[in-house]
Amino acid sequence: MSADAGETLTARIWRSGPGRFQDFRVPRRANQTVLDVVTWIQRRLDPTLGYRFACRVGMCGSCAMTVNGVPRWTCRTRVERAAPGGEALEIAPLRNLPPIKDLAVDMTPLFERWQKALGRFVPPVEQGNDFVVVPPATPARRAADAGIECIGCGVCHAACDLAAADVEYLGPAALNRAWTLVNDARDGAQLARIAAVAAAGGAFACHSHQNCQAHCPKGLNPTAAISGLKRMAALGSRP
Amino acid sequence: MSEARLFLLQRGSAAVLGLCVAVHLVTLVLAVQAGLSAEAILGRTRGQFGWLVFYGLFAAAAAVHAPIGLRAVLRETAGWKGQGADLALLAFGALLLAAGWRAAWAVFA
Repeated sequence: MSADAGETLTARIWRSGPGRFQDFRVPRRANQTVLDVVTWIQRRLDPTLGYRFACRVGMCGSCAMTVNGVPRWTCRTRVERAAPGGEALEIAPLRNLPPIKDLAVDMTPLFERWQKALGRFVPPVEQGNDFVVVPPATPARRAADAGIECIGCGVCHAACDLAAADVEYLGPAALNRAWTLVNDARDGAQLARIAAVAAAGGAFACHSHQNCQAHCPKGLNPTAAISGLKRMAALGSRP
Repeated sequence: MSEARLFLLQRGSAAVLGLCVAVHLVTLVLAVQAGLSAEAILGRTRGQFGWLVFYGLFAAAAAVHAPIGLRAVLRETAGWKGQGADLALLAFGALLLAAGWRAAWAVFA
């Protein structure tokens, strides 16, 4: 990866210490990602810059940030897509989650909501003699498959205006996870999970703005999952 | 009352309101285009049980729909929730219902 004729770009990075953006000049490179820019700054210009990443290939869900006002996974977001036409790159932490330092946020509240929504597999008390048969083509399995690829990056939660307005709202990530589990024939906590997502601050609070599905880097549709939970909790209907 | 029941009540009342608003507006436009005065309109509605039932239903749907929507607005914008908010909204719904039914009765009697 080589610099294109010494071109540079301006990266405005949120610094939690002074509570303002700090400008950095960074070499512009072909196909560089937003995470490349942040890493370059941290390694070459300011080692005190706080941020988080792990896999760099869109699997771990740890590098999401707000890039030019939009929540994105930075490892798979190219600079020219986030800031087209050579405009400045503005990078801030995800919203709706407490900041730790600079660009890193505390993901604990996100995963606490997953637990509150019973977003974990619960084995049935009575184990059958044989494995549960899960035909891949059933509507329930298809519904679960549609939401199963969530990497827990928090982008949908940051994009959700309701999560910003109501701190008790479970949020799209937790509800999407719950939806995959209520459609899992092997799970043994269906009634408890439906009760959890139907409580105040649960699925019925969602206004279907669809910011979550518009920003999900994996192309999932948590709004559809939440609508499914509403139908299931209110009418008892299943996919 | 459960969140699920409130959700269904709000959607159901919205469906009723959609129909009632359409009938009300069409009637309004037809009456205005026919050049009817308020007195002439009331002359046609008085003693008609159909209009009493229609506007009674309209007012009831509004009294159910508005407080549930307002409940979400208050929760999200002012952080007001819990039993106190629910009781206040119940009172607001009762006020809407009383005012609406009073108006419906005035059209009938």
